[in-house]
Order: sequence, then C-alpha cells, then structure tokens
Amino acid sequence: MPEIRNYTLNFGPQHPAAHGVLRLVLEMDGEVVERADPHIGLLHRGTEKLAESKPYNQTIGYMDRLDYVSMMCNEHGYVMAIEKLLEVEVPKRAQYIRTMFDEITRILNHLMWLGAHGLDIGAMSIFLYCFREREDLMDCYEAVSGARLHATYYRPGGVARDLPDRMPQYEASRFTSKAAASKLNDKRQGNMLDFLEDFVQRFPKCVDEYETLLTDNRIWKQRTVGIGVVTPERALQLGFTGPMLRGSNIEWDLRKKQPYEVYDELDFDIPVGVNGDSYDRYLVRIEEMRQSNRIIKQCIDWLRVNEGPTITEDHKIAPPRRAEMKGDMESLIHHFKLFTEGFCLPEGEAYAAVEHPKGEFGCFLVSDGANKPYRLKVRAPGFPHLASLDEMARGHMLSDVVALIGTQDIVFGEIDR
Amino acid sequence: MPTRVEQMRDALQAAFPENDTIRVSLDMAVIDVAPDQLVSVCQQLHDDPALSFKQMSDLCGVDFATYGSTEWSTDTGNMASFSRAVNASSTGSLTFNTGLDLPASDQPRFVVIYHLLSLDHNVRCRVRCAAPDDEMPVVPSITPVWNNADWYEREAFDLFGILFDGHADLRRILTDYGFTGHPFRKDFPLIGTVEMRYDSVKERVVYEPVSIEPRVLVPRVIREDSRYASGESVSKTESDAAKKNDA
Repeated sequence: MPEIRNYTLNFGPQHPAAHGVLRLVLEMDGEVVERADPHIGLLHRGTEKLAESKPYNQTIGYMDRLDYVSMMCNEHGYVMAIEKLLEVEVPKRAQYIRTMFDEITRILNHLMWLGAHGLDIGAMSIFLYCFREREDLMDCYEAVSGARLHATYYRPGGVARDLPDRMPQYEASRFTSKAAASKLNDKRQGNMLDFLEDFVQRFPKCVDEYETLLTDNRIWKQRTVGIGVVTPERALQLGFTGPMLRGSNIEWDLRKKQPYEVYDELDFDIPVGVNGDSYDRYLVRIEEMRQSNRIIKQCIDWLRVNEGPTITEDHKIAPPRRAEMKGDMESLIHHFKLFTEGFCLPEGEAYAAVEHPKGEFGCFLVSDGANKPYRLKVRAPGFPHLASLDEMARGHMLSDVVALIGTQDIVFGEIDR
Repeated sequence: MPTRVEQMRDALQAAFPENDTIRVSLDMAVIDVAPDQLVSVCQQLHDDPALSFKQMSDLCGVDFATYGSTEWSTDTGNMASFSRAVNASSTGSLTFNTGLDLPASDQPRFVVIYHLLSLDHNVRCRVRCAAPDDEMPVVPSITPVWNNADWYEREAFDLFGILFDGHADLRRILTDYGFTGHPFRKDFPLIGTVEMRYDSVKERVVYEPVSIEPRVLVPRVIREDSRYASGESVSKTESDAAKKNDA
C-alpha cells in the first residue's frame, strides 16, 4: 500500500476551469480539499486609480471592462452614482431603455455562465446552445452602440442615443454564402425592437431546451446537488448577493427592494432557492432568465408607443445635438467644455448599487467638487463570493472545486479591477 | 412621514447618544466612529434589532491627502495657462523618482469607509473610521463581526497601507508578488514605479524603472457652481471651515 500524503496543489492561473486567471493553492488530503487559498490580482489594472485621473465621462468605457460579460450593468452602477450626486433627472424613455438593456445583459451573463458552468462539469453541448442565443443579444448591443461587447452606451443623464430603426445586416463572404446571409438577415429587416421581440418570443423555448439537457440530468445532479451548501446565515456573513444569496433562500433583490429606473412599474418575480446548493443556484439563474425575458417584453411594449428624449437636456452634462452645435454658439461652447474638461460634480459622497447579474454591483464615489472623481470604489459582487471559496470548498473533492468556481459565476475583470 | 433613512438616523442616534456625527448625506445615514470604539459600535450595528445591519456590502480605504487640490486653480486666464497643466503638481503628472509634496493638513489622511446593509429595515448606512496616525494608519479589524471583511481589509492594506489590528492574515491581495508601495495612495504615481519585460539574454523576466512619460491630458479643475452652492459638503472642507469659525 502506497502511503497517502497531504500535498499542495497549484490550480491555475492557466487552467480552462479557472475562468480567467485564478490561481488557487489547494491543500489536499488525498483528493479532499482541506484548504483553498485563492490568489487574485493577476488581472488587476487599477481601474479605480485610472478613474481618478480622468474626467467622469471617460471612465464609462472602463466600467465595461470590469465584468466583461455583463457590460451595461457595470455602466449602470457607475452612471447612477454620478446621477445621484448631480441630482439629474433621467428621461422616462431612457429609463426604459436602461431597464431593457439591463435585462438583456442579465440574460447574456447567465447564458455565458450556464455554458461555461456546463462545460466545467462536462456537459459539452449546452455551451453551443447558449452561445447561439447570446449572438442575437450581442447583435442588439451592436445595433444600439456599434460595439458587441464594450458598449459605453449608458451616459450620465440617459443613454448615448435612441434605439436604431435598422439592424446591422450580414454580408456574403468567404464563410457565408449569399443565400445563408439573406437567411440570417430575414429577422433583421425591421427595427431593433422587432428583432428583439422575435427573440423574446423564441427564448422561453430555448430555456426549455437547456433544461431538458440539464435539469433532470443524472450526471448534472450528481455534480451539483448538495455541493457547496451555504446556509442563509453564512450567506449574509460572507457578503453574498444576487443569485448566490437567493439560492440560499433569502429573498433579496434590489430591483424589488430598492427599485431604480422603472422596475417598480414592471411585473416580474424573484426566484429563491431552498437548499443553498449549486443545483438551487442553477435553478434560480434559469428562472431569472425567464423573468428577464418577461421584463424585456414589457419594456418593448412600452418603448413602441412612447417616444421622447433619451438623454437629459442639461448640456452641462450631456452634449448638445450635432445640428444645434452648428448654428448655436452656446451649444458649441457646451460641447467644447464638455469634451475638453468634462463636468464637475458637487462635493460629496455617494453609493449607488444595482442588481447586477452576479449580485450587488455598487459604485462609491467621493467627489471634492472637481471634474474627476476623488476616489471611486467599485463593489464587485464576485469579490466576496470568491473570498468564500475556502469555506465552500472545504471537505469537497478536487473536481467539486471546479463546480464551485462555476456556480459562483466568477469573472476576473470585476474581482481584480 | 420620515423616510426610511431619517428613521435610521434617529435609530442610530438612539443607539449611540454620545456620537454627535450622525447625519444624513444624500440618501444614506452616516456615522463617524473613532478606531478604539469601532469594534463595539460595529457589533451593536450588527446585533441591535433596531439597526440589524446583517451584511457589510463594502469596505474601502480613502486617502484624503490631496482632497480639494487642483491642477488648474485660477479664476482668471494668464500667460501660464498651458504650462500650469504640463508642470502640474498632482499624481497624474509625476515624473519618476520625484516624490510628491503632499499638502500639509491636520486632518487624518486615511479613512476607512464601511457600507452596511440592513435587510430587515431595507436601508443602508455608511460608517467612517479615520486612522489617527498618517505614518502608520491602524484601524481595528472587523472580521469577527462581518466575516467577509477579511478580503476587503487585505485589499485596503494592499492599496493604501492601512493596517487592520487583529486581522488573521493581512497579506497583499491585488498587487504582484513582491510588490513594494501602496498604489492607491495619492503620492504613488499613476504609471507605477517599475515595468516588467522578458530579457532574452538573462532568460528571465526583469523589472526596470518605468520609461514612459506621465502626463495630464485633462487637468483637474474645481468649478464654482452656484447650482450646488446649497449642496451638502460632507468631508474635510466642512470641518475646516468649522475650525476657522471657532478660531
């Protein structure tokens, strides 16, 4: 009989299940984890320090790069903190657009999570299904901002521009024949809302499809049921938010409890888990996708019939329209000042939080009255989640660590900042 | 009908009658706590059913060394307009190896700010705790009250050099292994102090002093804006003004 010894295992930073650049030092007893010590910071870019050296509006782009799979929700937290200090009114239409894109982003994030989580545990095909639907949503990003990922679409006081009348079209190329391109363009003939409505009609069926692959799958259940159980008390102590908290049977969702934008006018439910294990968190996120779909539908209906401005008319904060600028001296000055100097925030401190797909995404701004933040602190939801990995992984097998990283929905852009 | 925040301010005042710093700032009740009382106050914030702050959302350090200073502080144009930005006196335009002269201030430099969330009362609260010594800022650790403070305190230590007394494992967390300095301090240059490359002769990664030139693209300005004149100012300037009045 060979002697079984305790040893230390280095997991990552280059490992497909490390979801980026996680270095995990695991103390193992045979195949059982005795202690997990995550080493983070390999993706630290000093976003908060960079923000201190830039005018407020130039940092929105950095927010996309925090949690790079739920871009617009990050922007949302940041612009909300600015708006709180400025006390600026956001037009109703912009609020609906933001709500709609927050939910599109939530589905985008959960699809990414589901695909990657499935892949970690060994379900191959779910990844391909998820990315099929993600494509359509990223087309919406592209239509509205020109970028598929890093949109920089939310601005203090509203959104960058109104929804487009036309979707971007596929072109025939070496890889796409003319017939295939025109087939892809079939759904893209109307405006963005038409395209999105078509998606919303299709999507519940797609979620059913994912569920047939996983929900009653024996292997999926063996890998997730009873893995990483967190009691409600511990979940609060560990600073869990979002699906991680709701999976542990605590009904807490900022969209319901502290409504921002137009969430108080919309009809949706908050799913809650019972056992606090990975399987319940999976069910919570699946149901959240369905609820997000409901919200998007309601937003589409509202946006179809209600026209209006999409950004504040206060040109100290938002640039004037191009046409105005050509003929009006004051608009020209506003434009020049806004893009050379930015705008100053009143002195004060503000904390704004949104229900990000991963949990509570908060931005804490300290302003001394200048055109740049004095201090910006991003409260990333993944940070306390990953910090709890040690507690969650203790006593589990090595292969369960991979399942735990998956269930925590870790993205290093936001954790390392 | 008082709002939830005002109710929370009153509840805080009732719980800590000695503390005269309790106020409402924007949409949040704020309380300043001295380091020696921090743990007991936090324990009460957590346990007292009238407060019941069961969750700590966020903990961050702030370095108030250059609060209110600008690179472009004049009300009238003059001949030096451009060079004022180029030869400015802030972190953004620091050149390598020259320390930044921080403005002298009698206010504590490092402040640790906690954001708490009470799920029962659906309200947030901000706790501010200033470290008394600028050279060696020490604040007690609150990990026994809220366990997730662990990593947050490591982060504040890493980025600001704030020490948390009683923390079990106060290691660096975000910066590189073997990093020196605390990068989020206001006297730490934005571009850092070292850069890294692979040296093919030595066949290993080498660290060298930074070679890029830092510069300010948009100078930092503070504009007098009458729209915000009545707005509440929370931090140092307010207490500075109060001090002047006293004198």
